[in-house]
Amino acid sequence: MLAKRIIPCLDVRDGRVVKGVNFVNIRDAGDPVENAIYYDAEGADELVFLDITASHEKRKIILDVVERTADDVFMPLTVGGGIGSLDDIRDLLNAGCDKVSINTTAVRDPEFIGKAAQRFGSQCIVVAVDAKRVTSSRFELPLPGEIPDWLRESKELEERLSVDFESDEPLWEVYTHGGRRPRGIDAVKWAQYMEEMGAGEILLTSMDADGTKAGFDIPLTRMISESVGIPVIASGGAGNLEHFFEALTEGRADAALAASLFHYRELTIREVKEFLSERGVVVRPVVGEDGKDQG
Amino acid sequence: MIAIVDYGMGNLRSVEKGFLKVGVEAKVTSSPADIEDAEGLVLPGVGAFRDCMANLKRLDLLDTVSRQIEKGKPYLGICLGLQILFEESEEFGTSKGLGVLRGKVVRFPEQGLKIPHMGWNTVRFTKVPPPFEEIGDGSYFYFVHSYYVSPSEKDPVAGMTGYGVEFTSMVWKDNIIATQFHPEKSQTLGLRVLRGFGDFVKRYA
Repeated sequence: MLAKRIIPCLDVRDGRVVKGVNFVNIRDAGDPVENAIYYDAEGADELVFLDITASHEKRKIILDVVERTADDVFMPLTVGGGIGSLDDIRDLLNAGCDKVSINTTAVRDPEFIGKAAQRFGSQCIVVAVDAKRVTSSRFELPLPGEIPDWLRESKELEERLSVDFESDEPLWEVYTHGGRRPRGIDAVKWAQYMEEMGAGEILLTSMDADGTKAGFDIPLTRMISESVGIPVIASGGAGNLEHFFEALTEGRADAALAASLFHYRELTIREVKEFLSERGVVVRPVVGEDGKDQG
Repeated sequence: MIAIVDYGMGNLRSVEKGFLKVGVEAKVTSSPADIEDAEGLVLPGVGAFRDCMANLKRLDLLDTVSRQIEKGKPYLGICLGLQILFEESEEFGTSKGLGVLRGKVVRFPEQGLKIPHMGWNTVRFTKVPPPFEEIGDGSYFYFVHSYYVSPSEKDPVAGMTGYGVEFTSMVWKDNIIATQFHPEKSQTLGLRVLRGFGDFVKRYA
């Protein structure tokens, strides 16, 4: 049976892990490769690098990080952040990453996802959806600059994808630029549209839950996961073992991602997997260097 | 030396680095001469079946690869490298494969399961190819695919995996070993498979 995946995420800026903490098993806490090796041994099912490098000139550094990681770690690797062209994707794939995660560029130009999927295959195109619950506090309608041009220019897409601010149903809106910019797009409909365009997976982050450690946004995760036919990774809000269980069962997610929780070793991947396994969730056991199942 | 056949489909770096990690000499190449000289060949790759066949043809590698397989050279097919061994695929209409093994490539049925089949799943051995001798039955390997092979003969089937349907995730026939999963992405056990293929090639040579 297909196992639910547990995925650690590393924030990387200028080639260094942000907020690196030195633990006994890591010689250089700021080195993404060292961190990747640690997570590999811990039983991570995949690895995500989120490149938050601000300056354009330093963007190439991530390629070196990916290359060095792929020399030593043999598990699926996804890179997100700052991907704006087909060449960016090609360079990352050639460097040894398996999937790229795209958010802002997809919202700016949804056709880009179609082109990327056609050229490189859906299996390596992940669309990152940053979603925030539409509440009464967002009573003002989006400002014109927030709505992408292509959405304003197409009546059909506008009707299909815009957030219905009049609705009483629970709704989530797509955000970009690291959660700073609302875009007037309904997150559930957007995920479906991205699947149609050729996305192979959705990396769903709840902007409400992110950083709270109060748990994943279960209604959002479930809504999106049940609305698309491609795998969904739940992200944002992991704080304890129970949260992972909820996301992967009630939330119907195929995978769960966490960054700081694993980074600061508040929980280890091994603990999460053991907890899930005891509760009947199928996870891949942690395999030791000797190849023996340690779970 | 093992030739990793480069036909412009996806990232071969992980396969090359995987062999390097376990001390097996392997080289990424698209030269027919290299492929003929090699003691074994690996055909990795993800993407579309039709593009894969078209690229092999365009690079003049189709005959070379077929001939080496027929000659009995050890062959490791990964993902598309498994699929193209069969007669045809229903991806984008019907595309012809190498036809080394009988059967076809079909899409997972729509039955509420997520497609692609992406992530770690177990492989139950129906027979154990040499590179898998030290690997436990039912071990987890990494998969990412939307199509799977449906052999019309039982004999080459070496491993089965369940995802809505029970599908063939590994075949073994003489010099041919091919997996739907990605050893180069399957951590410790995957590296063991690559090392095991290296040994298989040495014994064969």
